[in-house]
Amino acid sequence: MVDERILKREEKAVFALRSLYRKRGYLPFKMSKFEEFEFYMRNKDFLVSDRIITFNDTNGKLLALKPDVTLSIIKHGEDAVGCKQKVYYDENVYRVSESTGQFKEIRQTGLECIGDIDLYDIYETATLAAESLAWISEDFILEISHLGILSGVLDRICGDVAFQKEAIRFIAEKNAHDLSRLCEEWGVSGEGCHRLTAFISIYGQRQKVLEELRQICDGAEEAFGELERLSRMLDCSPFGDRIVFDFSVINDMSYYNGIVFKGFISGICEGVLAGGQYDKLMRKLERRSGAVGFALYLDLLEQLPAEKTGYDVDMLLLYPGDADPAVVAKKVEELTAGGKTVSAQKRIPEKLRAKEIISLVKEGEEC
Amino acid sequence: MLNIALPKGRLGEKVYAMFEAAGYECPSIKENNRKLIFENVEKQVRYFWVKPSDVAIYVERGAADIGIAGKDILLEYKPNVYELLDLRLGICRMAVAAPADFHDDGERTLRVATKFTNIAADYYAGIGREIDIIKLNGSIELAPILGLSDVIVDIVETGTTLKENNLSVFETIVPISARLIANKSEFKFKGSQIEEIVRSLGKQVEGK
Repeated sequence: MVDERILKREEKAVFALRSLYRKRGYLPFKMSKFEEFEFYMRNKDFLVSDRIITFNDTNGKLLALKPDVTLSIIKHGEDAVGCKQKVYYDENVYRVSESTGQFKEIRQTGLECIGDIDLYDIYETATLAAESLAWISEDFILEISHLGILSGVLDRICGDVAFQKEAIRFIAEKNAHDLSRLCEEWGVSGEGCHRLTAFISIYGQRQKVLEELRQICDGAEEAFGELERLSRMLDCSPFGDRIVFDFSVINDMSYYNGIVFKGFISGICEGVLAGGQYDKLMRKLERRSGAVGFALYLDLLEQLPAEKTGYDVDMLLLYPGDADPAVVAKKVEELTAGGKTVSAQKRIPEKLRAKEIISLVKEGEEC
Repeated sequence: MLNIALPKGRLGEKVYAMFEAAGYECPSIKENNRKLIFENVEKQVRYFWVKPSDVAIYVERGAADIGIAGKDILLEYKPNVYELLDLRLGICRMAVAAPADFHDDGERTLRVATKFTNIAADYYAGIGREIDIIKLNGSIELAPILGLSDVIVDIVETGTTLKENNLSVFETIVPISARLIANKSEFKFKGSQIEEIVRSLGKQVEGK
């Protein structure tokens, strides 16, 4: 029996989420820590950074410590009509930290639904994402966007890739002033500029967003319909009021294509969950089917305030140097059997904070 | 409570005046003392002064919910924040300057002295020019005068310093001004208060 008190928040989360994902039929996916370096080089556009830890295997082959999980999961599999593979994982990935510029081990848990996916699978993934966040904190927000709407509207307004790249960056920044300037520089009509900047100002409660969005999504009707249907399904979700729409959620558009989402928890300064539909990545890996999934970055949970106990152990058992070890062992057994944490020491350690100190002064005696 | 990082100096004082006019006053901020944090519980705001180049870090890391940072800092460090409003204060430009008789014949690597290495690298990569970046922390104008570099990439406000050192602006890379930025996560949880501030400051900007 595991004493939950000794588990860190991310460890508890892993157990709870594993059970949550198993309930919906997701099976564990265990992968090797290494991949061939060449595999990542072929797909480096999809990695957060192309800086990867490499080493030579005993046969001279160049291997890499995994910087990403999804690529390893989707590289093999069957693409048959009606078939879906549903997996979850709990893995470490190795990436360069933006703040230190050095490699960092990041614990990531998440799931992928790969195959002949439909709106139900997208709904299921989104609700599991919301439930995952809810397990960590009730004060969370799951933001959903649809890249199909944004790309459809952008294509109608200006098809130039350079314009679209800049416009997308400004929408992700909620930067209406520079987006307006960009539209002016590229000669975009006032109406076109208004439609694009609306993607920044329209966010929040889903029904309100859909009503406003309907007026501006000319060119993206199909994607709008999908978002609307998803929203109706989410109305029945117990976390529906915590799931909002926001078009500044723009995951890599060369990777993702349809519905994408990002999760935030109050007290953590950046998004802790990211995911969505990534059929484009599947095509790159010569897979014919679709895929949707998300990753939860467990290392970020450290930012949540720790439960302060004020001490490291319940009891510090001090025993003299000439004490009978069997007596010390018996005393420790007795104390731990009562559910206490005990540290047996000959002297009081400088940095150990004990709630209570017990001394074994004579054989078997305490004071 | 909304935490607001203000840049120390004249710009910060002007920005505070805008917050005050918007109804988010905090009289203790005007007291002459060494305090760094000022709070108005009634208005639910807490201000703190930080080095201008550090504002984006405070906001990105969530120590401040919102803050005011120059576009130069945002372009150079690319913090993961929302950029909600152009305050049209501290207006200047990021420019390429060189001795007035300079001519880039494109035959050799261009030596560029700058504090803003990422902005310079992005700009020259965009026009396909090979450069050698010389990172300096101050008195950038000295570099081309002493032959350390061919050109400089720096902030130009009035151009007086350049003129006095016989330098001229050759290209404007990007206009610069102060921007209101917000932490992406805190925006989700304190959105209505932040939106109200954006609306109010926005009105003042439009009214200028």
